[in-house]
Amino acid sequence: MLEKLVFYLQYPFVQYALIVGVLIALCSSLLGVTLVLKRFSYIGDGLSHVAFGAMAIASVLKMTNNMYLVMPVTILCAVLLLRTGQNAKVKGDAAIAMLSVGALAFGYLLMNLFSTSSNLSGDVCSTLFGSTSILTLTKGEVWLCGILSLVVVVIFILFYEKIFAVTFDETFARATGTPAKYYNLLIAVIIAVIIVLAMNLVGSLLISALVIFPALSAMAIFKSFKSVTVFAAVLSVLCALLGLLIAILAGTPVGSTIVAVDALFYGICALAGQIRRGVA
Amino acid sequence: MAYITAKKLTVGYEKRVIGQELDFQIVPGDYLCIVGENGAGKTTLMKTLLGLIKPLGGELSYGDDLQANEIGYLPQQTPVQKDFPASVREIVLSGCQGRCGIRPFYNRKEKERAKEWMEKLDILPMANACYRELSGGQQQRVLLARALCATEKVILLDEPVAGLDPKVTMEMYKLIQTLNKEGVTVIMISHDIEAACLYASHILHIGEEIFYGTKEAYRESNAGAMFLNRRKGENAYA
Repeated sequence: MLEKLVFYLQYPFVQYALIVGVLIALCSSLLGVTLVLKRFSYIGDGLSHVAFGAMAIASVLKMTNNMYLVMPVTILCAVLLLRTGQNAKVKGDAAIAMLSVGALAFGYLLMNLFSTSSNLSGDVCSTLFGSTSILTLTKGEVWLCGILSLVVVVIFILFYEKIFAVTFDETFARATGTPAKYYNLLIAVIIAVIIVLAMNLVGSLLISALVIFPALSAMAIFKSFKSVTVFAAVLSVLCALLGLLIAILAGTPVGSTIVAVDALFYGICALAGQIRRGVA
Repeated sequence: MAYITAKKLTVGYEKRVIGQELDFQIVPGDYLCIVGENGAGKTTLMKTLLGLIKPLGGELSYGDDLQANEIGYLPQQTPVQKDFPASVREIVLSGCQGRCGIRPFYNRKEKERAKEWMEKLDILPMANACYRELSGGQQQRVLLARALCATEKVILLDEPVAGLDPKVTMEMYKLIQTLNKEGVTVIMISHDIEAACLYASHILHIGEEIFYGTKEAYRESNAGAMFLNRRKGENAYA
């Protein structure tokens, strides 16, 4: 088995997949803690469906690089969703559900009506479940992903204390002079970027898993915000690596394998947390 | 010179008037208690004082070197905080966030400050403990320390003893009184009218009857007499 692994690792496309997978897992887990605590666990799902809808429009318009459409549309929706969080006429969860299902239906409808490809259900399936597109990345895409991930990580570290303050108690932060509005905006933009990136990896249906599982696993065991964040990041990277390797060796679908590994580790962490609490 | 002066202040949400024509002022060293029935607009007034919502009418001015964002605030607990994984130290330190501006990390002075307040409020031994595993009284002291990290000029307390047992409630009141004697100006929103009359220097009663003045005057006033008597009746009934 080890020989087989070493054999595969010589190929650049496998190396690319591992690099991109790890980077995306890292980025998505960083903001996961904040999103879970802000009760926005489902935003990943909602936004990825929006991205799916935008992709459908892009493919109908025959755009060569659909990033130019998908990224701005997703960012816009993220901003709208997170900004209206508290005082909206339609409450947070309902707004997300509405947008998510609406975009999914609209996207599929468009693809169906203006289909250019002979294998429509294959196309849809691969956008939803991530398919093999992570194994067909070009060098340019790897660079793009690397740069964006670096930007996300640097911004997260620089704004870590502010993100904590705004997540823990937005009203207090605003009352004592922290411009919480801008930080919420920042969080929204970052999460949108991560989701568009992550669509390549696990597809739009499974993105939420990358965001939520590591955060929940870490929250089951650790007690401070910093340790939760660090552990979530480490765990997410490990799960992504493990998932990718298993997928390559066993020939299983990449996205769902990673998510399955994430879910398994959540089970272990939840159990460990229970035991620890029982002992203490 | 007063920290906060309100003249014919009207507060409310989106044109819906809740509290009307309030006149009061808060001078350094005051201990003002805001009392009133549910729905009288206590929370709305508090948000207006904090600058979170704009007054609908009248005038609200800050003086004596006090900026609108220099009011420390002890909120009621939100559901989010009940299972929030954060250590006591992280939460207290986050009170200094307003001082940071664009600077990404806390400096040594701010860390010192957080430590001093944790020591004063007797929560330093549990600095690394998890907030959600503390008792109600301890959690309140953590949030109080955070408010004091933001400023020690004025702190605004929203129902600081809600959900605490009688013994811890007493301790909390004592603690607030001590802080007030050390020079922290206190604005407290409370249901507990007896405690308000015991500890506060001034009372602002909002609702159908509006009253502002010292607690001695409040006992003599219409609003106070009615409110106090009704409360007594309720208590006797219970």
